[in-house]
Amino acid sequence: MERYRFLRHTADAKFQAFGTTLEETFINAALATASLMWDWEKIEKKMEYRIEVSGKDLMQLLNSFLEEIIYLLDTKMFLLGFPENLRIEKKGSLHVLNALFKGDKYSDKYKIHGDVKAITYNEMEIEQNAPFMVQVVVDV
Amino acid sequence: MEIKRINDHTWEIPKEGDMNVPALIYTSAKLLESVRRDMTLKQAKNVACLRGIQRKSYVMPDAHQGYGFPIGGVAAFDMDEGIISPGGVGYDINCGVRLLRTDYNEKDIHERRAQLLAGMFKAVPAGVGKGGITRLSRNVLLEVCAKGAEWAVENGYGTREDLQRTEESGRMEAADPSYLSPRAVERGIPQLGTLGAGNHFLEIQKVTEIYDEQVSRVFGIDSVGQVLLMIHCGSRGLGHQVASDYIRLMENKFGIRGLPDRELINAPIRSQLGEQYYKSMSAAVNYAFANRQMIAHWVRDVFAKVMGSSEGMNQVYDVCHNVAKFEKHKIDGKEREVCIHRKGATRSFGPGREEIPEIFRSVGQPVIIPGSMGTASYILVGTSEAEELSFGSTAHGAGRVMSRHEALRRFRGEQIKQEMESRGIELKSTSWKGVAEEASGAYKDVDEVVKVSHKAGLGKLVAKVVPVGVMKG
Repeated sequence: MERYRFLRHTADAKFQAFGTTLEETFINAALATASLMWDWEKIEKKMEYRIEVSGKDLMQLLNSFLEEIIYLLDTKMFLLGFPENLRIEKKGSLHVLNALFKGDKYSDKYKIHGDVKAITYNEMEIEQNAPFMVQVVVDV
Repeated sequence: MEIKRINDHTWEIPKEGDMNVPALIYTSAKLLESVRRDMTLKQAKNVACLRGIQRKSYVMPDAHQGYGFPIGGVAAFDMDEGIISPGGVGYDINCGVRLLRTDYNEKDIHERRAQLLAGMFKAVPAGVGKGGITRLSRNVLLEVCAKGAEWAVENGYGTREDLQRTEESGRMEAADPSYLSPRAVERGIPQLGTLGAGNHFLEIQKVTEIYDEQVSRVFGIDSVGQVLLMIHCGSRGLGHQVASDYIRLMENKFGIRGLPDRELINAPIRSQLGEQYYKSMSAAVNYAFANRQMIAHWVRDVFAKVMGSSEGMNQVYDVCHNVAKFEKHKIDGKEREVCIHRKGATRSFGPGREEIPEIFRSVGQPVIIPGSMGTASYILVGTSEAEELSFGSTAHGAGRVMSRHEALRRFRGEQIKQEMESRGIELKSTSWKGVAEEASGAYKDVDEVVKVSHKAGLGKLVAKVVPVGVMKG
């Protein structure tokens, strides 16, 4: 199954990510986001950041989750290679996501080819049943 | 969707359904075609549905689809009944443009263009993942956000005269950095004094046409061939974080029910959260002013080194393209304070407004409209008519017509560089892909955009400039 696909959008980047579970779909959405800035397949998995985000619905959860990638780039110069051990649980009224971001610190051996300024809710869609799909527009 | 032609440069979507006011689109028959192809008009209608909106939901000539509000959207809200919306300002708070004049003619710098560009590339950090040259403490960062360009001048970047020639004198008084989230501060610290990437750039330009000699002289633009410098950037990760933070806070507090688009989330202006957003946004505005102030200083340094002098490199003006402000406007014959959102729009105040520097008060404020990469940019002057037409606003650039993804498929960065060089334009960028994404073919025709602004009276043509050297983030 293809992980993600980019669609037409006048100003920004719009993608759909796919998966056989919601977790896998979120992982692929993270890889799609990373792919707009660097080639995630080429990032060595030398460092890791444990992340936990929550949202009162799945859209807020997805938004916060993808924002972690930009936050870690801006503050730690961290390039995501792959999000591992990703789990989504319901805790009370909140959806909580835990994951281990594996990747490396930015250095001259890596090439950054684009910028993602923010994750938006614009045209965001989440298909919660198989086949799972999320659609996201990011501000680039 | 019903859309009514009013004249050659104005179209209207009459009030219908949940709209509180009509939507008014300043455009041309040619530009309207591309606007109709995306969500711009639907988004302008959605804005018209928001609480407390005054007069009209306005759309500028360079408009394209945004999130929630269109890019190129202008809307004013009643201070008591109305709302403030992070989506009406955008993620890159105070993304804006600063213009410096010089005493140099293009002939003077022609042989040293590459050297100047290389110098700027070294002096101004650009591109994704590039930190600034300064390591700031948290406290200093908060001071930057409180004082804006004033902080930069106090710390040796530029002159007090620059402040006079900056919108808001380079500092929004309402700023309260204590409302910034720890994340916003954390993202702001490494990025102060950086250009960023995407559509942000530094350009060495030459004047090719002067349309209004009297006004251009007041602006410091004296002759065809004169070299100018344009700096286009914003509040970087700090501003983006402020937008994301307050979208979430407002969602959690006020919910999203009844909103046609989740990005239209808002808060009453007079609510605690509304006020906190305004104070945080103002802090981000100040960060961006400081950022451009520092970059301008480094650009002058490069000229001093390469050309021997930076004398006469005074600031023309610095304008915001993404901002919300409290301003007084005449509505139904009475002057009232309203909360104006300009998202991808430039303030365009005419003669007499007290907000504009005294030096410009007899003619109106300079309006700086950058074109797309490698194309012309324009200097306009604000008009009194614009206050009636658009709450004193006009376009902010060329406006995209093609997605970045599509641009990447169609253009090659290396080819664009060659093509620009054949037209005498030097280009330096951190990324070929970035160059392809910003290809001028992915944008509307800026000449047509400013023509509409001029004809509609939103902002009048003063001068045209073309790039001779482009540094892209």
